[in-house]
Amino acid sequence: MRRWFPSPMLSIGLLLMWLMLNQSLALAHWLLGGVLAIVAPVLARPLQPHGYARIARPLALVRLLWMSTIEIVRSCFNVSQIILFRRADGVNSQFIRIPLDLHSPHGLALLSCLINMTPGTVWVDLLPDRHELLLHVFDLHDERWWVETIKTRYERPIIEVFEAPAAPGQGGKA
Amino acid sequence: MNAIDTLPWWAAVTVAFLLVLGGLITLLGTVGLLRLQTFYQRIHGPAITITLGTGCILIASMVYFTVIQSRPVIHEILIGAFVLMTAPVVSMLIMRAAIYRAPRTGDAALTARDTTQTQGLSDDQDR
Repeated sequence: MRRWFPSPMLSIGLLLMWLMLNQSLALAHWLLGGVLAIVAPVLARPLQPHGYARIARPLALVRLLWMSTIEIVRSCFNVSQIILFRRADGVNSQFIRIPLDLHSPHGLALLSCLINMTPGTVWVDLLPDRHELLLHVFDLHDERWWVETIKTRYERPIIEVFEAPAAPGQGGKA
Repeated sequence: MNAIDTLPWWAAVTVAFLLVLGGLITLLGTVGLLRLQTFYQRIHGPAITITLGTGCILIASMVYFTVIQSRPVIHEILIGAFVLMTAPVVSMLIMRAAIYRAPRTGDAALTARDTTQTQGLSDDQDR
């Protein structure tokens, strides 16, 4: 089973994408999409240095994505407000460092995408020596608050999503 | 355009509102590029265009074509998904390019505070 469906989530995603692209639910498109959903992940597997992500808790992932959607809309308004009404030299843009406990490469990728999607924050780098995230914040008011927010609202749910089996299981099974 | 005449008023209002809102947000993102002083501030401007601006325009498109063709048209979701997947990667690449370049060129657009911070970073990286 694992051999032909290395990543069920990816397969389902590809099938849905195919059906949406063709805007059709005809049997032929289910078949073509099914072939794509099986063949593409198998062929692409050697290209994945860390193997496919194993999502332990899909529900937690959905909750995380929903939370970050709300966060994106909220910070959109904050950033717009600053652009419109604040004098440019009054904006306190800063780099901050956030110590991370997250080590899964897929989790880090997800975290960086979520942070960069949210207006007002850009992921700069992961400092390897102490495993710290260097983050650029558009308008910093309280560094402690940012560290707290990233750690509790983003990092913890992501660790939950890719929980323990992802890290050791990856090398052995994949 | 005959199709527009057949659009019921509630759909027309929704679509128009979303398009105007999306357009304004996009405009605001570019105003940010113009108004903000340093590179590290300007990188945050287009982020609102990518998220809310694109979102509003895509939802408007979905509503419009769903009503006009009287069947669900939702493949705009794919545009949204792909933009949201690629845009963060691009902004990260641009940011890192700037960071690695900053100490070498001594770019005048960077503030003193920014450069001292990035100096520390590139020292970390060089090891």
